[in-house]
Amino acid sequence: MTQLALVIDLNVCVGCHACVTSCKEWNTSGWAGPMTDFDPYGADPTGTFFNRVQTFEVGQFPNTQTVHFPKSCLHCEEPPCVPVCPTGASYKRAEDGIVLVDYDKCIGCKYCSWACPYGARELDEKQKVMKKCTLCVDRIYDQALPESERKPACVMACPTNARLFGDVHDAESEVSRQIRDNGGYQLMPEWGTKPANHYLPRRKTEIRIHEDELVRADNPLKKEGIPAKPPADRPTLDDTTSW
Amino acid sequence: MHPAFSVIFLTTLIGAGQGLFLALFTGQLYALANLLPQQEDRYFYGMGSDLAVLFLGLGLLASFFHLGHPERAWRSAAQWRTSWLSREVIILPAALGLIALYGLIHWMQWTQPFFVIREALPVDASLIVGVLAMLAVFALYIATGMIYACIRFLQEWHSALTVINYALLGIASGFTFAAAFSAWIGNGLVGFYGTWAVILTLAAAVTRSAALIRNRRIKHKSNLQTAIGIRHTHIQQKAQGAMGGSFNTREYMHHQSPDFMHKVLVVFMVLVFTLPILLLAASYWLASPYLPAAAFVVQYLGLLAERWYFFADARHPQNLYYQSVA
Repeated sequence: MTQLALVIDLNVCVGCHACVTSCKEWNTSGWAGPMTDFDPYGADPTGTFFNRVQTFEVGQFPNTQTVHFPKSCLHCEEPPCVPVCPTGASYKRAEDGIVLVDYDKCIGCKYCSWACPYGARELDEKQKVMKKCTLCVDRIYDQALPESERKPACVMACPTNARLFGDVHDAESEVSRQIRDNGGYQLMPEWGTKPANHYLPRRKTEIRIHEDELVRADNPLKKEGIPAKPPADRPTLDDTTSW
Repeated sequence: MHPAFSVIFLTTLIGAGQGLFLALFTGQLYALANLLPQQEDRYFYGMGSDLAVLFLGLGLLASFFHLGHPERAWRSAAQWRTSWLSREVIILPAALGLIALYGLIHWMQWTQPFFVIREALPVDASLIVGVLAMLAVFALYIATGMIYACIRFLQEWHSALTVINYALLGIASGFTFAAAFSAWIGNGLVGFYGTWAVILTLAAAVTRSAALIRNRRIKHKSNLQTAIGIRHTHIQQKAQGAMGGSFNTREYMHHQSPDFMHKVLVVFMVLVFTLPILLLAASYWLASPYLPAAAFVVQYLGLLAERWYFFADARHPQNLYYQSVA
């Protein structure tokens, strides 16, 4: 079984929105497009996005951390949005675990968006069908692209490498190792949706230094200690006096 | 959740239509048991069923306004194995057809008994079709309620009370309509239907209040900590990824003040429960043909507010991600 997914490293994300714009650019002109915008340059712009970066402030001044939080479809292993679809337009692919919407079958009833606790689905107001992240299904299998580019557009665009893409069911894949080694977690685990996408938490690098490592208390010669200055009328002797 | 008027009209209209049919069929069963006089008037069952079909048809029509692609609505019968919405889509036309057939049988007076059970229960076409239609009507109440009750993370809806309230409120408004209809044509069944309408309205008042109390005390399983996976007691959203609003800020929020919500609650409690009971009780003494009709209109308007509140009251966990614009 393959389950393709993203692993998003919150320790590295700088909130630049490059994944948002590259997602929109690739997908609006691709298989899943268009991602319609309304009033894009006006006072009240709105539009369809598969991926958004949100920002949270954790803690209270002055001890705060700014956490940038990219959110897209999590491609759940138990997707609650799929069984509620009355037409079968929403489906989860058996071969790679990607959750997709068949735009030709979708009637735009929005029931699947109610059934997603993460708010990952958006109705395209122009095309009147439900849209969501496709994990760039039209990119990752494209034989015309060099193998190194067969990744979702957001992963390609991330300047800090905060987004990793791979098979989370393959224990030796990069994403699985990252989840295992760096405490990768799922969003809202309380609903049992088993999101395939994982997030890596903020990690602080701390050096632990103990007092006795700074002062070599066990040195019998007390080399670090500065010897006291002898009186000026005494003869000098190298190694025992200070001048 | 954002209350969509198409769904509000759908659920209230089909609820009343189903309740009206149940009222008619209850009348027939009571007459069979000799608890009520036989209705020789074929207009009562024929016209009554037509009105039930009209309610269901209007509800079905309203549902199309909820769809982005109504021309593809036929596809929604496909996933009946997993989707309650799909089940509703199948049961609704079936119930509508059976009720229409029930009305036709009475209208054409195809009521010669096929056989008589124990020389007491004559079984005719109207009884067989009526039982089938009754099963379809109950199945439809369950399907409609389960569409909302089955979404486990909308905790306000995820309860048996959701299904019970959809059924009881629908049946109550149907019986109120039946009382109004009887008063209008003057067939002497106003007292019977009015009494049942009051009993059902009181029962619905109990179960709806139970749901309200339950929802006041609800403890939401999701919070901002589980939503973004950061353990800290102080987390504030600073940006939600878009400043001009999005599907996420339109579909899942009602954007009304708590004060407005409270007013809707008071309004629907008075219009759905208090006023119709008073009007039906008054019609009992005054024998006015208009009061039961007024009771139905008032109760239906109240049900529109009740359904609005039902949607607005549910808090979707995705709203945790949309607390602050920028």
